[in-house]
Amino acid sequence: MRYLTARKQAVGRGASHTGTAHHWSMTVSSVGLAFLVPLWVYIFGSALGQEHPVVLATFARPLPAILTALVLIVGMRHFAMGATVMIEDYTKGTTRKMLVIFVISLSTVVAATGLFALVRIAL
Amino acid sequence: MRPLRPTVAGIVSEKESDMADLKRAERPLSPHLQIYRPQLTAITSILTRITGNALIFGIILAVWWLLAAATSPGYFAVANGVATSWFGDLVFTGSLWAVWYHYLAGLRHLYFDTGQGLDIVTAERLGWGCIGGSVVLTVLTILII
Repeated sequence: MRYLTARKQAVGRGASHTGTAHHWSMTVSSVGLAFLVPLWVYIFGSALGQEHPVVLATFARPLPAILTALVLIVGMRHFAMGATVMIEDYTKGTTRKMLVIFVISLSTVVAATGLFALVRIAL
Repeated sequence: MRPLRPTVAGIVSEKESDMADLKRAERPLSPHLQIYRPQLTAITSILTRITGNALIFGIILAVWWLLAAATSPGYFAVANGVATSWFGDLVFTGSLWAVWYHYLAGLRHLYFDTGQGLDIVTAERLGWGCIGGSVVLTVLTILII
């Protein structure tokens, strides 16, 4: 009698070692962004070029603030994972690792900076 | 170190492994990019990657502008000056098209993931849809905003 089930033998194998987790995460975040981005583009585009008090008033309102936060969190994670795929396609070894660490760090810094600005404006 | 290739008899031979590598190196690499006729499906696919990754520049400029707005009127004047200059217009207009292209191409990916639209005629039609649709949506957005 075999104690290892067929599933147990398959998990962790394959090219990615993580099955479809990466692809599924990109699918989920892309659907989320499909709802968030059009409205955010409208709000950001309308605020861009306005006077300073108008910009502050815009991003102090709940909808623009929450929407911008969501776009930053979901969007930067989507970017980091997508950029990782690109890097994995074209580079290897230490270069690959350094670039993957760089894009994950960059997207985290951008998201954190944007969230800090939002908190400062909205609260 | 890579595992050695077994011979027909099943005996591992380092010399034969080297020869196999030499033969492999002589062959042209797929997909022969220099002589390959560019196809719409390939162009629209790589554009998805290019637009998605290039969007980081637009988002950095946007976040910097927002940070400046949160900091002080003086700093906002600097960032707003850059964001509304010809350079800012270039980055944001390019980003706007990139957003819409990546948006439509992403929807196409979700449709492809259901196993549909993968025949050549439909795939090319959807490709033209992404290119034309992204331009139309970009112009519409500029007109509305």
